[in-house]
Amino acid sequence: MRIKLEKRAEPSRVMLFATPIVAVILTMIIGAVLFDALGYDGQRTVKEIFFTPVLASYKWLDVAARAAPLIIIALGLSLGNQAKVWNIGAEGQYIVGALCGAIVAYFTQSATGSWVIIPMMLAGIAGGAAWAAIPALLKTKFNVNEVLTSLMLVYVALQVLSYIVTGPLKDPHGQNFPQTAPFTDAQLLPRAIGNIIPPGLLVAFILMLGFWLLVSRSVYGFEVRVVGAAPSAARYAGFDASSTVWSTMLISGGMAGLAGILEATSQLGQLNLGFPSGYGFTAIIVSFLGRLHPVGVFIAGIVLAITYVGGQVAQTVVHVPSASGGVFQALMLFLILAADILVRYRVRLVRGAA
Amino acid sequence: MNMVFIISAIVTIVGISTPILLAATGELVVEKSGVLNLGIEGLMLVGAVTGFAVTFTSFSPWLGVLAAAAAGASASMVFAVLVLSLGSNQVATGLALAIFGIGLSTLIGAGFVGIIVPPFTSIFPDVLAKDPFWRVLFGYSPLVYMALAIVAAVGWFLKYTRAGLVLRAVGENDLSAHSIGYSVIGIRYGAIAFGGALAGIAGCYFSMVTTPMWAEQMTAGRGWIALALVVFAGWKTRRLLVGAYFFGMLMTLELYAKATGFLYLPSQFWAAMPYVMAIVVLAIISFRDRSGSEAPACLGKPFVPNT
Repeated sequence: MRIKLEKRAEPSRVMLFATPIVAVILTMIIGAVLFDALGYDGQRTVKEIFFTPVLASYKWLDVAARAAPLIIIALGLSLGNQAKVWNIGAEGQYIVGALCGAIVAYFTQSATGSWVIIPMMLAGIAGGAAWAAIPALLKTKFNVNEVLTSLMLVYVALQVLSYIVTGPLKDPHGQNFPQTAPFTDAQLLPRAIGNIIPPGLLVAFILMLGFWLLVSRSVYGFEVRVVGAAPSAARYAGFDASSTVWSTMLISGGMAGLAGILEATSQLGQLNLGFPSGYGFTAIIVSFLGRLHPVGVFIAGIVLAITYVGGQVAQTVVHVPSASGGVFQALMLFLILAADILVRYRVRLVRGAA
Repeated sequence: MNMVFIISAIVTIVGISTPILLAATGELVVEKSGVLNLGIEGLMLVGAVTGFAVTFTSFSPWLGVLAAAAAGASASMVFAVLVLSLGSNQVATGLALAIFGIGLSTLIGAGFVGIIVPPFTSIFPDVLAKDPFWRVLFGYSPLVYMALAIVAAVGWFLKYTRAGLVLRAVGENDLSAHSIGYSVIGIRYGAIAFGGALAGIAGCYFSMVTTPMWAEQMTAGRGWIALALVVFAGWKTRRLLVGAYFFGMLMTLELYAKATGFLYLPSQFWAAMPYVMAIVVLAIISFRDRSGSEAPACLGKPFVPNT
C-alpha cells in the first residue's frame, strides 16, 4: 500500500471550503501536542485560546475590535496575492497610515467639529498607499523583488514612528513618555457604536461587500486573477502587469493605512511606541485562511482575532508566554498551505508496487 | 583618526557582520538549489534560543553551537516538507516559518530571560588576542573564524566540486537535472537543511557572542538583511563578504550614533540606515541585472516532474 497523488482536472470546490476548517482543527490538535511537549498544559491552552473568547460573551467586543484591522488589511492583501504581487510590508503601511492621520490630528487640535475625522482617514489611506508605492515603484521601474523591499520598509516605519512620537509630535504634557498628545473629542471615534459594534468592523463589513463586487463583477477583478494565474495570457489579452503591481500595491497599502488610523482613533486615542501590534503580518495569514475571497477573509479575520484575545486569556489563566497566540497563528498558516494539496490533488491509496 | 579608533571600529564591524554573513551563506546554498526560504529570521531566533539554552545547561558553548545548528536544520524541515513534498507557495511558507520561529523561540526562551552564559574562550593566547594592535586579527570569537572558513568552504564547494555543480544544475534547470537522474527534491532537502543549520548558528551568535543572554526577537530583523545580502552578492560567495562588511559598517554607525549622538541626527535615522541602504542597494543591483541572469533560473518555482 502506498499513497498516490492524482492531479485533479479542476480544483476541488468541496476541498476549497473544507481545508480551512480542517486546518483550524489540526492547528488545535498539533498545538496542544506542541505545548504539552514544551511542558505547558496543551489541552487547557487550546481551550483558552480558541473557545473562551467564543463562549464568554464579554470577550466578543474585544474579538470584534481586533478582527477589524485584520479584515481591512487582509482584504487589500488578498487582491495583491491573487495577482501574485506579494506585499509583505502591510505592518509598515499600517504604522505610516496611523502616523499620517496623527499628523493631521496634531494640526487640527483646535477644531471642534467631528468633520476632522474625514481628513484624518484620508491621510491614513494616503500614507499607507504612499508607503506601499515605494516597493511598487522599485518593482516596476527597477525590477526589485517587492517581498524584500516591502518588508524592509516595516523596519524603517518603526524607526519613523519612534522618531515622531519621541520628537516632533511628542505630547508636551505626557511626562516624557514616547507618545503623541491624546486626540481631542472631535478626533475620536467611539470604541464601539452603541456599545455593540466597533466602528472598524462596520467599515470592514462595508469594504468586504465592495471588494466582493470588485473581485467577482468587475473587469479589474478578472484582470488581477489572470495576471496572477497566467501572466502570458494576460499579456496577450492586453492586461498590463506593471499597472496591476501599482494598483494592487496602492490599494493594499491604502487599506493598511486606513486600518492603522481607524485603530488609532477608535481604540487607542493616541499613538505611542506600543502601537505596532503585528496585525500587518497576521493579516497575511487571514488572507490565506480566507482563501483570498472577501467573505472568507471576513470569517478568517474573526478566527485570527479569537486567537489574539485567547492568547491573552491563556497568558493569565494557563501562564503561557504572550507569544503563544503567534505560534498558533503560524501553525494555522503552515496547515492551510499544506492542506492546499487536497484542493489540487486527489489522494488515493494504491495496492502493491507502482 | 587614531589607530586605536580604527582598530576598534574594524573589530566591531567584523563582529557585527558575522551573523548576517553566516545566514546569507546558508541562504545562498538554498537559493542556488532553486528554493527561496524567507524564514531565515525565524530560524535564527530558534538557533539563538536553543544555543543559549544548551550552553546554559551544559556549560559548553560548542555544544550550544551544535544544538543551534541542529535546531535550525530541524525547523527548516517543516518548510522543506511543505514546499518540496506538498508543493506549497514558497513565499507564504517562508513567511509562516519566520512567524513560527519568532513565536516558538519566545515560548522556549521564556524561562531563560535575564541570565547569562559562559562566553567562548579565545583560540589564541591573550598575548595576541588582547594586544591593542593584534586583536584586529586574533581578538575575535572562535565563531568569527568558523564563519570565514564556512564561507570559503561553500565557495569552493559550489565552484569546484561535482556535488556543487549538481546543486547549481538543480537550481538552474530542474527538469534537465531530473531527467539525467538526479533527485531534485532530495538535493533541495539537503540544501534547505544546510541553510537552516547556518541560520541557527548565525542566531546563536547573537545570544552567545554579541550579548551572552537571551532576549525576545533579539535578531531584530537581521535575517531579512541576510536575504537582501544574497541578492546584493549576485549569488556569488565572494561578494557576500564585501556585502556583509558593508552592512556591518552601517550597523556599526548605529552603535556609535547611539553612544555619542554624533552628527546631530536622531538615532532612529541611523537605526533605519541599514534597511534603507539595503533597499537602495537592491534597486541598483536589480536594475543592473534586469534580465535576471544572475539569479538561479528556477528560484522560487515549485518542481513538478512530468512523470
